[in-house]
Amino acid sequence: MAGVTDEQLQGMSQEERAKALGMTTEQLTGRSLFIEFDPEAEERFGYPWAPDVDYNKRIEVDTDELSTTEVNEKLRALMAEGYGSIVVKNPRGKHALGVGILNRLNLVFEGSLGYFAVGLIDGPNVRINGRVGWSCGENMMSGTVVIEKNAGSTFGAAIRGGDLVCKGSVGSRTGIDMKGGTIIVGGDTGALSGFMMQRGRMIVCGDAGKNLGDSMYDGTIYIGGEIRSLGVDAVEVELTELDRKWLTRKLSQYDLLPSQGVDHFTKIVAGKQLWNYDNLEPTEKKLIL
Amino acid sequence: MCGIAGLIHRGKASAVGAEMTSMLQALKHRGPDSTGFAVYGPPNPGDYVMRVKVAEKEDIEKGHGIMDRIAERIAELEKRLDSHGAKVKERDTVTPYALRFVLSHDGDTEAMAKHIEEIEGVEILSLGNGLELIKDLGDATVVSEAYDLGGFVGTHAIGHTRMATESDVDIRSAHPYWAFPYNDVAVVHNGQITNYWIMRREMERKGHRFMSNCDSELLAVYTAHNLANSMSLEDSLRQSIEEIDGVFTYLVATKDALGMAKDTMAAKPLVLYEGGDMIAMASEEVAIRAILPQEIDTYDPYDEEVRVWQA
Repeated sequence: MAGVTDEQLQGMSQEERAKALGMTTEQLTGRSLFIEFDPEAEERFGYPWAPDVDYNKRIEVDTDELSTTEVNEKLRALMAEGYGSIVVKNPRGKHALGVGILNRLNLVFEGSLGYFAVGLIDGPNVRINGRVGWSCGENMMSGTVVIEKNAGSTFGAAIRGGDLVCKGSVGSRTGIDMKGGTIIVGGDTGALSGFMMQRGRMIVCGDAGKNLGDSMYDGTIYIGGEIRSLGVDAVEVELTELDRKWLTRKLSQYDLLPSQGVDHFTKIVAGKQLWNYDNLEPTEKKLIL
Repeated sequence: MCGIAGLIHRGKASAVGAEMTSMLQALKHRGPDSTGFAVYGPPNPGDYVMRVKVAEKEDIEKGHGIMDRIAERIAELEKRLDSHGAKVKERDTVTPYALRFVLSHDGDTEAMAKHIEEIEGVEILSLGNGLELIKDLGDATVVSEAYDLGGFVGTHAIGHTRMATESDVDIRSAHPYWAFPYNDVAVVHNGQITNYWIMRREMERKGHRFMSNCDSELLAVYTAHNLANSMSLEDSLRQSIEEIDGVFTYLVATKDALGMAKDTMAAKPLVLYEGGDMIAMASEEVAIRAILPQEIDTYDPYDEEVRVWQA
């Protein structure tokens, strides 16, 4: 890490060392302890049971005549055989394709998917050359998902990590309950986007529907177009230089950087007037109140 | 859950019966209880097509002399048609409990229809110049084959696969719904209407009839009322978002148009495809893919969105 020597790192506490390395060890107030990165831990990039795949081993699969279950079982069988680059042809809008993949993989869908596409994933890089239905990337943990066309409602619901990108427009309630990661939308988003958002970042290059960021706890939303209305406890704050740099880098990464740059983006965060993280369980709170 | 679908061809007729069957069969998992179609042939101002039900399907299975009662009901129905000056040009007994009439009539169709529906067990499913409404228990393929819809050629259609949640599994509670006094209107709906009884009483005070306790019927009555009072379809759809509470997405068809409306929460799905000469929409993209296998661009309409397309 630039500016930090090994000797300096040796003398630091775990928390200081993590921050110096550009990572965070975060302790939430309250009873839950959430550690994003442990510098003492043994290096491990995947689950012990995840197949070890070779990106250079590529295969195409025509799924026109296969059911959802058959497609997902086929993907698992191919990963077990070591295929690291899989192209799925003719998905025909089937639901729940590519879910629960917990290892690195280059996965391409040549066509549109239905509901709950690539949910519960942790690691793969997915490109969808089509559209997706409701709840794409739900509970995604890491990896990247890039959709070339539009997406339905509840896009990236409860996402925890990774980049979920839709180059077109998305439906309502985008990023509802999101807990981390980044959602990027090239077009517009519908009503109640960022509803009860808890962490992470959402970028929408176009317009946002009504009640944006309603009841959000934390996290950041960037909107490039018009905002129809803000939700309860969502507030606009000034865009910082750090925001501009991050937006520019992130949007450039997916060829979505607007020609006029990012200065026109509006930044929305939680006003934090609604929520109250304390050390009390609801049952204990009842006794006091 | 329920599944809804609609399609409209611009400036040409197509095999909308077969197309809607494919779309609804793809949505079978959203509601297996019953399936309904509202298909629109070329409007014929001189004739009316009347689809009528003279018993429920389960009545036939129970027996108890039902076939004799059905014969009496049909005889009484034809007598009342005659009394209103309607000439029966064609009569098909499609199933033991469902009939199709082609009529010539230049009198008061609403008065005639009300008189017919006073016969016990008789319900007019549709009466119009272009509309034919078919609904029955079973999936889309079963209903389509029973009513020979595969060969139906027309300009547009809407359809519904029903999962019964708030009313019975019977033909009366199946979609689509048709309503007086605007002859060619039909509605399919996915959702729940929470001010149903308030709105129903308001419509009943205005003299409208309800044949079921299904909240979706309200949308048909409400739309028919507005259209009969010279409101445009688009204005009726917009007004419904203001006046009707609940979560809903619904489609309305008239003799020459197809419209859609979504509630303020956009809580019920709809995927829309707009091609140059055809527009298709459904609760899920799989239904559109059933008739358009090639790669297409689709999108989700937003909250409070209203659209109307002309045939």
